[in-house]
Order: sequence, then structure tokens, then C-alpha cells
Amino acid sequence: MIEKRGIGRPIAHVVLILGVLIVAFPIYYTFIASTQSLTTILRPPLPLTPGDQFVPNYSEAIFGGIGRIGGVDVLTLLFNTLVMALGIALGKIFISILSAFAVVFFRFPLRMLFFWLIFVTLMLPVEVRILPTYKVMVDLGMIDTYAGLILPLIASATATLLFRQFFMTIPSELVEAARIDGAGPLRFLKDILLPLSKTNIAALFVILFIYGWTQYLWPLLVTNDNQMNTIVIALRKMVSFADADTPWHMVMVTSILAILPPVLVVVLMQRWFVRGLVESEK
Amino acid sequence: MDGRTPFAGTALQKAVFPNKLLPYLLLAPQVAITIVFFYWPASQALYQSMLKEDPFGLKSQFVGLRNFAQVLGDPDYLNSVKVTIVFSVSTAVLAMALALFLATAAEKVVRGKGFYRTMLIWPYAVAPAVAGLLWLFMFNPSMGTFAYLLRSAGYRWNPLLDGDQAMLLVVVAAAWKQISYNFLFFVAALQSVPRSLIEAAAIDGASSTKRFWTIVFPLIAPTTFFLLVVNTVYAFFDTFGIIDAVTGGGPAQATQTLVYKVYNDGFVNLDLGGSAAQSVILMAIVIALTAVQFRYVEKRVHYA
Repeated sequence: MIEKRGIGRPIAHVVLILGVLIVAFPIYYTFIASTQSLTTILRPPLPLTPGDQFVPNYSEAIFGGIGRIGGVDVLTLLFNTLVMALGIALGKIFISILSAFAVVFFRFPLRMLFFWLIFVTLMLPVEVRILPTYKVMVDLGMIDTYAGLILPLIASATATLLFRQFFMTIPSELVEAARIDGAGPLRFLKDILLPLSKTNIAALFVILFIYGWTQYLWPLLVTNDNQMNTIVIALRKMVSFADADTPWHMVMVTSILAILPPVLVVVLMQRWFVRGLVESEK
Repeated sequence: MDGRTPFAGTALQKAVFPNKLLPYLLLAPQVAITIVFFYWPASQALYQSMLKEDPFGLKSQFVGLRNFAQVLGDPDYLNSVKVTIVFSVSTAVLAMALALFLATAAEKVVRGKGFYRTMLIWPYAVAPAVAGLLWLFMFNPSMGTFAYLLRSAGYRWNPLLDGDQAMLLVVVAAAWKQISYNFLFFVAALQSVPRSLIEAAAIDGASSTKRFWTIVFPLIAPTTFFLLVVNTVYAFFDTFGIIDAVTGGGPAQATQTLVYKVYNDGFVNLDLGGSAAQSVILMAIVIALTAVQFRYVEKRVHYA
């Protein structure tokens, strides 16, 4: 063995602890700020321990509504964001499983053309075609709707490719056995393929949920109504450096509430998260 | 496992279901969404990039490639190219260097591995725009604690006026968010380096620094290269929120990246043709980057 003795290991711990501090500090600092009164925040430096405004600040943000963004409360924002994140995650998984299933387990004319049609979309994030996509949304009357927030972000090939790769590792014997037993394709999908894909679905779900939750540019464009804002967009609208009346304590509370759900998903579903990240990018 | 490329295994003999209509029905949802929200707008972008519209959107005129010529000859656009390169390279290098440093440390420890990993990965879940806000809150000149400390130390800190400082702030915020991702990939890569090689070098008397640079680093080069591409793509596209939240492209366009400019020209300045032409150029860049990535992926399969 190497490096049993020596100082390598304690130094490694010191490095990691410093790393954790750097990574965690902005969040800790935000949390501290979210428990202070506005006057304390406006007079730097900020204390390093939580203040006494935790309950008033959080209850005001969650139930009271924030004037700066049209009096919408944070619960509404969280609900909108949740709908968007879940819609994107589940929608993408749903259409991807179906199309991957079709491409792998059937032979039909134009199969490869369809595959390519989907595959090409892998390359182009929505950011590069925002303006025309926005026009399409206007034409379809999808501004300020959940469908408008969700559907354009589902049009991507990553999940389809992932399921396709996994389906191709399913042994042919399994398909033949199912056919001999008289199971049709949909039965095969439901009783054999889906149970086998459970871990893949979980892994992909974590990644897509975070992707949906953290979207910025797209919800910024398709929501005009304050009631339809996602929490990230509302947060952005609350902040203004030009004038002095940005309610910073509310901004900090909202930031913490915006960060908490996806962080919990990552931490609690860590195993699938790591797997999903590594698999979907390879 | 079979290959990682999207086309590997297509030649494989596979038992299939004989249905004629069902596969089309299964494909329909994805194909429909792809056509409506991808091909239609993408072709609109191509078409629009060759039109010139008057400011009120009443008339438009076919101008061929003139929009492209105009964009590529525009000093603002060239400045934006430069800004994007500086921003992407700095972000990628900073995020990767820190992550590799932390990953090598994580390889050495025995206790607390899981704890460190958990604590290091969660910024991944923070939205870029929120990450930007947090850093801005700490460093903004009027009430940020760090800005206050910097000023007390006699340093003139004002990222809202100084372009270089603004760039520094967005780079740090963008890199901070990307450390988790790189960390996970580097940890996985380091674990795949054969212990026997490192032990042999240790027996030959190579110091741990030397072992790292002559054995470990070359062996994880494929991962490093992969991450370089991913980080560049991230810096190009996923950082719009950070830039919008922290600087809004300013001061004086010092942090206006290409994606930000597409948005700004299209939605704020309403120069539809120019914005579409920029979109088309960006598409070409993404396709090139993706091609590079796929080539690499094929090599990696070989290597592993």
C-alpha cells in the first residue's frame, strides 16, 4: 500500500473541508440573510449566525404574497415550478420510452428516418432557436400556459437515446419467450420492459426534474402573467439594483425556497442522480 | 455493455414484433413534438435569417446572406465572440481545476467519502440564475458583505461599473455551479486508474506529485477532454441565467455572450433578421461541438 504513513491523508481532509466550505458558503450566507430584517441586510457586513426574523420572513413570503411581483405568494410560484419540472421529466420519459420501444422492437419502413429525425434534435438546445420557437408559441396561443412552459423543452433526443441503448441490451430470448406465451407488444412493454427499466427511469427522472426546475430563459419568454411565473423567474423580477427598494430579505427567503426542492431531490436520490448524470452524458 | 455511440448495434439481429401500424403510433407523440417545436422553428430561423424586416414588422424583404455578412462584420458581434471565448475558457478551466483537485483529495481519504460527496454535489441542483443572484448578493457594491470587506481592504471593487470585475464575478458564479458535475466525473475516472501502476511507480520512488502528473493525469485525459467539451457547451448555453441575473450583459457589453446577444437583439432590439442569423451561426457551432464530442466518445469506448 502507498501513503499509509505520511501526511497525505490529513491534508486531503483539509482540502475537502475547504472545498465543502467554498461550495456551501453561498447557500449558508443566503440562509443567514433570509433570517435577518431588511435593515440588517442593508448594513454590511452581515453577521455569520442566523437572525431572529426566520418565522416572520418565511410566513410573509409563503402566505402573504410579494408586492414586487404582483402580490403573488411563493406557494403559487413553487406550484408552477413543480408542474413545469414534473411535466418535463415525466413527459420526456413517457414519449422517449414509446419511441425507443418502437425503434428497437419493430421493423417498419422509414424506421431509420424517424430515428434520425429525433436524433438530430440532440444537438440543439432551445437557447439557439428561442425567437422562432417563441413565435410558434404565440401562433399556437400557448403563452402563459403550462403546455407552453413544458412542451418545447420535451423536444429533445437524450432520453430516447438512453432508453434505446438500454433496450438493445435486452436479450432476444426474452422477446421470443413473450411472443410464444402470447404476449402482445404492449403487454411486453408493460410487464417486462418497464419493470426492467426502473433504475434507468429513476436516474433520468432526477436529472430531468432538475433540468426543468432550473430553466430560466424559456419561462422568462413564455410567461407574462405574474401568476404563471416560475420561482426562478419571479426571483429575477424581484431584484433591481437600479432602485433601493428591492426587498432583499424576501429575495433571500425565495432563493432558499427555490433551491431546497431540487437539492433535496439530488441528496435523497443521490444514487440515481449520479447514475443518471454519468449515463446520460456518456 | 455495447458501444456508447447512438448507432452501435443496429446490425444486431433482434427479435421483433410483427405489427404494422403500432410502431407509428408509438413514435407519433415524439415526432409530433419534435416537428412542431424543433423543425418548424429551426426552419423559421433559417428562413428569417435571410430576411430583413422593418422595425414595425410590417414588411420584410429577402436579402440573401446579407444578414450574415452584417452580423460577422459587426464589431459588437466580434466583441461578443471574444467575450464568449474568455468566459467559456475561464469557467471551464476554473471549474475543472478545482474539481480535479477535490477529486484527487477525495480519492485519498477513507472515512467520510460519502459525506464529502454529498456536500460537494448539491450546487448542481441550484438554478444558474439563482446561483448568479447569490454571488451578486455577496459581492454587490452597495450591501454585499464581501464587497464591503474588499473596500475596507482598500480595493476598488465595483463589478457594476468595471467590465473585468463583472467578468470575474460571472466566471466564479458559473464555475461554482459546475464543480459538482466535474467532481463526479473526475472521481469516477480516478477510480478506474489501475492501482498496480501507481504502486509500481511508488516502489520506484516516484513522489506523489510525480505519480499524479506522469501516470494518473495522462490516464484520465479522455475524461478531461470530455469535460472540456461539456463545460464549454455549459458556458455557452446554460449560463444565460447567470449573466442575466448578475450583469445583464454589461457593463458596456463586457459580459455579453453570444447567447445573450441573440436574446438581446431579438427580444430587446427587435432585430429579427440579425438575431436569426446569429441563431443559425450558433447552431453551426453546437453541431461542430457535438461532432467533436461524438468522435471522442467512440475513442473512449476503445480505451475503456
